[in-house]
Amino acid sequence: MNIALLLEMAADAFPDRIAFGGANGLTLAGLSDSARGGAAWLSDQPGATLGFVGLNSEAFPTALFAGALSGRALAPLNYRLPDADLRKLAARTAPSVIVADNDMAGRIEGVAGVEVVTRSDFMAICAQAPRRDLEPTGEDAVAVLLFTSGTTGEPKAAVLRHEKLFSYVIGGVELGSAGEDEAALVGVPPYHIAGVAAVLTGVYAARRSVYLQAFSPEAWVDLVTEESVTQAMVVPTMLGRILDELERRGERLPALKSLSYGGGRMPRSVIERALRLLPHAGFVNAYGLTETSSTIALLGPEDHRAALSSDDERARRRLGSVGRPLPTVELEIRDAAGRVKPPGETGEIFVRGPQVAGEYLHKKAIDSEGWFATNDAGRLDDDGYLFVEGRLDDVIVRGGENISPGEIEDVLRANPNVEDVAVFGLPDDQWGEKIAAVVSPASAGLRRDELVEWARARLKSTRTPESWAFRDALPYNETGKLLRRALRDDLLKGEAE
Amino acid sequence: MQIKPGSRWRSGVCDGEIVIVRPPKTDEALACGGVPMKPASEPPGEKAPMTDRSGEPPLVGKRYGDEASGLEVLCNKAGGGVLTFGGRPLVVREAKKLPSSD
Repeated sequence: MNIALLLEMAADAFPDRIAFGGANGLTLAGLSDSARGGAAWLSDQPGATLGFVGLNSEAFPTALFAGALSGRALAPLNYRLPDADLRKLAARTAPSVIVADNDMAGRIEGVAGVEVVTRSDFMAICAQAPRRDLEPTGEDAVAVLLFTSGTTGEPKAAVLRHEKLFSYVIGGVELGSAGEDEAALVGVPPYHIAGVAAVLTGVYAARRSVYLQAFSPEAWVDLVTEESVTQAMVVPTMLGRILDELERRGERLPALKSLSYGGGRMPRSVIERALRLLPHAGFVNAYGLTETSSTIALLGPEDHRAALSSDDERARRRLGSVGRPLPTVELEIRDAAGRVKPPGETGEIFVRGPQVAGEYLHKKAIDSEGWFATNDAGRLDDDGYLFVEGRLDDVIVRGGENISPGEIEDVLRANPNVEDVAVFGLPDDQWGEKIAAVVSPASAGLRRDELVEWARARLKSTRTPESWAFRDALPYNETGKLLRRALRDDLLKGEAE
Repeated sequence: MQIKPGSRWRSGVCDGEIVIVRPPKTDEALACGGVPMKPASEPPGEKAPMTDRSGEPPLVGKRYGDEASGLEVLCNKAGGGVLTFGGRPLVVREAKKLPSSD
């Protein structure tokens, strides 16, 4: 079950469909042919890894499938890292070939054991290399190596084998299920699991994809309009800015049928505004991890509409959930001792299923029964909807009580004068940890007393933040992850001074 | 012959080809059009005449399964013969259609 088979099937059935780009873009047959050329060349190169340093372009899917056909794992690296960090990651792929955007190749020149090929040279090789039949890659082989974002330490190399990615795709997508008029906007970078999954599911569905290389709300709306985009995936920090731009232009994107989001916590006010502004679009909240080959739970369009129109607070609250696990995924909430928790109680999210990889280089993170501990805290409601409360490492332990920052953030974010908020623990002599909140105000003159009062009226007293700070904006990485640690360090430094 | 997950099998009667998604728990004959299928890694050879013409031939991209043995296959090349395992016809499995999330 090599992922290259997904492309082969799609290209056999729909050779002339455009896979990537506009009207004159790369067809499925063209992609398949290019990948064969690339694979033939790669087979004569040293190493078992094909690195990729670049923006989204046709070169990314070409490299992914060329790697798959030649038994090379594709390792897309985060080009936004400072040179020193990028070179460190590049060195971890050695011995390898790395395809790099022409203007990025210089940044990784001279790393031991790494041969750098520019993107344009690679595409020329793919076009020209003599095609030949290659030994099929074993199903246990590694398809993709993804370095985690490292917001909590050194980046780990997550291992995604062919069978896991293949299972993910065929579990949820039918071959050629996309209509000829469909087009997806892909704005996530190649080094993100959603960028890899978008290539695979897009190709297998025979859906055209167009790439947005650098996000700005203006560029996003332009591209959706120009290419009559029917579906897109965004991270929460993008959506609010896109909505502002749509209102400014009076644009409502009539072709847009589906908008999915994930990768971080979506403020309820933003999603409610999106639902009102774009009532013709189906919204999908997807929850997944690199280690689970992308999505493992989702909240579909019907749930979104039901939540918006319902008077039932339980249904409304589901807008804050990530929906229900996929039919192919088992999910449990467990306590620290490994006991399964009943609905309503918070614990660690465990998952199992054919797409769940749970593996890092030189380290399996899956137990003997196939369960993977996500390191995310969460709870299920009575109907099986999953509420993700954030990373387990972020849970605040105050006087023996476990407190999820997410719950407190939700309460504060519901205050109309709060634009954004981050909650985390700070060391405290009396309680072990105390609760700190950093708030980005929506309007000038927001006072601390007002927030304390707001929190006290809605939260248990032990969960009311004790330490408050204000910032113009909160720090996020480019894929929408809040950098709590940076804020925490910042506050600690302030206390020490 | 052992049927491993991920292995590809070719029909002996038509152009059909399948890949094993989940291997069977029992040791029985995997056939297409009544004739045993061969590993796709072996040379194709001459096609034999079809001996079983009952049922619907598989469609490309569809998954088929056999409840009794747990076998599940994905058809990656359509053909004219019907798929069976231990003489039992494989039944189409509808993938639950999920909204796109990537």
